[in-house]
Amino acid sequence: MSAGILSLIVIGLGVLGYFLGRGRALSLATATGRKLHSLPGYYGQSVALFTAVPALLLMAAWLFLQPVLIDSRVNAMIPDSVIPEGGARSLVMADVRRIADGLDAMMADGGISENELDQMRADITNIRSRLANVGVALGSDVPVAVFDAAKEMRQSSKTGALAMTIAVLVLTLGAGGWTLMRINTDLRARNISENFVKALLIGASLVAILTTVGIVSSLLFETINFFKIYPAKDFFFSTVWNPQFRGGSDLGILPLLWGTFYVSLVALLVAVPVGLMIAIYLAEYASKHVRSVAKPAIEVLAGIPTIVYGLFALITVGPFLRDYIAEPLGLGSSSSSVLTAGLVMGIMLIPFVSSLSDDIINAVPQSMRDGSYGLGATQSETIKQVVLPAALPGVVGAVLLAASRAIGETMIVVMGAGAAAKLGLNPFEAMTTVTVKIVSQLTGDTEFASPETLVAFALGLTLFVFTLGLNILALYIVRKYREQYE
Amino acid sequence: MTDFTSSPTGANGRRRGGSLLELDARTKRRNASEARFRLMGVIAVSIGVIALIGLLSSILMNGASSFRQTYITLNVFLDPAKLDKAGDGDLEKIAKVTTFGYAPLIQKAMEAAIKENGAAVDGLNAKKAAELISKEAPADLRRFVLANPDKIGETVEFSLLAAGRIDGYFKGRVTMESAQLDRNISPEQLMLADKLKQAGVLQIKFNWAFFTAPDASDTRPEAAGLGVAILGSIYMMLIVLCLSLPLGVAASIYLEEFAPQNRWTDLIEVNISNLAAVPSIVFGILGLAIFINIAGLPQSAPVVGGLVLTLMTLPTIIIATRAALKAVPPSIRDAALGIGASKMQSVFHHVLPLAMPGILTGTIIGLAQALGETAPLLLIGMVAFVREYPASPPEGFFDPASALPVQVYNWTTRGDPAFVERASGAIIVLLVFLVIMNIAAIMLRRRFERRW
Repeated sequence: MSAGILSLIVIGLGVLGYFLGRGRALSLATATGRKLHSLPGYYGQSVALFTAVPALLLMAAWLFLQPVLIDSRVNAMIPDSVIPEGGARSLVMADVRRIADGLDAMMADGGISENELDQMRADITNIRSRLANVGVALGSDVPVAVFDAAKEMRQSSKTGALAMTIAVLVLTLGAGGWTLMRINTDLRARNISENFVKALLIGASLVAILTTVGIVSSLLFETINFFKIYPAKDFFFSTVWNPQFRGGSDLGILPLLWGTFYVSLVALLVAVPVGLMIAIYLAEYASKHVRSVAKPAIEVLAGIPTIVYGLFALITVGPFLRDYIAEPLGLGSSSSSVLTAGLVMGIMLIPFVSSLSDDIINAVPQSMRDGSYGLGATQSETIKQVVLPAALPGVVGAVLLAASRAIGETMIVVMGAGAAAKLGLNPFEAMTTVTVKIVSQLTGDTEFASPETLVAFALGLTLFVFTLGLNILALYIVRKYREQYE
Repeated sequence: MTDFTSSPTGANGRRRGGSLLELDARTKRRNASEARFRLMGVIAVSIGVIALIGLLSSILMNGASSFRQTYITLNVFLDPAKLDKAGDGDLEKIAKVTTFGYAPLIQKAMEAAIKENGAAVDGLNAKKAAELISKEAPADLRRFVLANPDKIGETVEFSLLAAGRIDGYFKGRVTMESAQLDRNISPEQLMLADKLKQAGVLQIKFNWAFFTAPDASDTRPEAAGLGVAILGSIYMMLIVLCLSLPLGVAASIYLEEFAPQNRWTDLIEVNISNLAAVPSIVFGILGLAIFINIAGLPQSAPVVGGLVLTLMTLPTIIIATRAALKAVPPSIRDAALGIGASKMQSVFHHVLPLAMPGILTGTIIGLAQALGETAPLLLIGMVAFVREYPASPPEGFFDPASALPVQVYNWTTRGDPAFVERASGAIIVLLVFLVIMNIAAIMLRRRFERRW
């Protein structure tokens, strides 16, 4: 029975439970002539919740854990001898999975029965060609151990699915029946179902923590694997980034960090002055009319997906900079460059800086401005000497948040900055960043357990730590500043 | 003090005998600085607005032409001698004829059309003339024949895709000069195309196939469409909506209405605000490591993309929902509690319905963000070349699919400049979706916004 049908059955039983519970409560009330503690609907609700929710949770957990357990069991069945020279265990496991699927397809075609399958032996039956008939093409003949592993995998996932169906149905009927039996006129059904709902609410709010745990653990786990096969010293201090397909790669993070910081610096040099001046103008000078037009227009920039900025960099800004500035000046001939990515990223960050600074400038008390005007200062003097110093911590926070966005930005640099890892100063040259390399290392064809792929996790962890640090610092500064005027 | 009366300017020497209305040098300087500062503000705002206009117009100018496509209308004789040699209409035998078997039919039809319209160009043989038609056309023809085997032996009018270079010629991307250097097209072929256009054989029509067709290979940009990508994006948005709305609302209700003020709650809140700032690509790594490698979900599947985007959208929805819940005045809760409702009843029967418009607005904005997100989807394999439409849900959630923004990225990595046009066109489609969603959010807010 597939998981979809099973969950439909469970939900159906839950609905049935609602009506049974409600009906039972009502009939008890009329039979005994006593008032119910709660509204009849609550009796139904508690039965429905106990029927459906635990069973669905069990099913979700089972579906998640079963493949993991079966994989590890089947993995243990494969001896090292069948793993081809220079090949990897994961490839053999992939074969096992495909053979298992192929056997299922053969069964579905009606080609063989369960009994025949039991007797099928890899060394006797021509399994490769029979599998090819159902659309599973294998590179080489199947070793006995692999075929046995595939049979075992198929068998245990079938047993697992059956066990899951039984367990889920037993839990549904058991928990539902138990709550149904418990119903009497004194049962505090409202409290029970409300506590149940509250537990669900708490569970939902834990998803945020689980996500963070998931991110940190997946990054840490694979990073540790990476440092087992690649020395940490070379990763952090080598100035050469040169991944090779056949091993012996140089995976130094320094050129990538340099590229990241260079692009972010250009972006901030664009975004901070422009964004800040926009915020000042809109907060202090602009008439209501101008503000009502300009502010949403600037904020539209924030709602545009980064892929659009990436395309803009690729087809407009990059060629423009190359043809009109870099080539005439003899500075470079590449349309993807630090300046391209930086400029476009700067545009992306303008609304970010301006709306944050706008809030902060508006939070500076009017009395401070009035005091300054009273002393005879002009408006710009007031802004430069009173408002901005008062808003400075908040503005710094906004800039740090923008910097963290710039470091983590991916699509603009993938499409605008280039792929060459270089330590250079010329902004018209193509350089690359941490995020670009995460994408290229994880979308390539290299094997997963190789340092060339795992390095992406170490890069991801570095990125995570940097952005998290900047965010915490920025939030700390902003929060501290807010307290000053509240 | 005598000095003071004799020279009214005072010790600093200002306004020596001048009028009060006449500005001195220092005031002028200060006023000029004021004007300069103001000008800088105007310039900054203009830079922002110009950047927006430049961005949008660059995409529009590059992409608008992708909504029109050049077609060549031909009367193709579906020759039974070629397609159904046995003549018994057996579909299996007809299916054995590959697209190579259909190409000569098109070539013949092209020859006939040229002859009929007197459009022949010197130095252009029949094979070269047939190259005006996309390599995708035989496949289209074959699909038609397999769907209507009874048409074999008849002459059927087909609107066939013109080759990418021909399409580019009518859109200004290819010129006579560039054709001279191009191996894929010759000036003679362009001249033929011009003549055919005058004869009305070649038309430029609205490109419906752009919205429905699947992706095509590197050499056939004219056939590439967004069908699979739009379907994949819709599937993902469905998953994101079904998961993130209940989860987000439940989490916000707990945090806003029930959570005690303690460290545990603080931890959850710090977590949520940090998740909102984690770079999107890190969520992609999470999806790859947890959903694909550990949970064993298939690569490139909308379900994985949907889960990853759900986790990314949750903070947005939670923040919006909490703001909406906070905006409901406490008097509503007090009144409900006062007439005997439980805390849970007051929240679900009174507070939540009142906060719903705000929650939905936040959800739509969160979905719009998720729709444009690219980087995490690259890591979970959605960048793969997918030509098959995913099945209908729920099985379709596990089939490989593409997504709109990923399709854009995918097209920009290809060599043919025609794909840049397609990518810009896809961006326009994406932006139209986003504009619709945002307008819906704004209308929802206007319609139901309530001031207490």
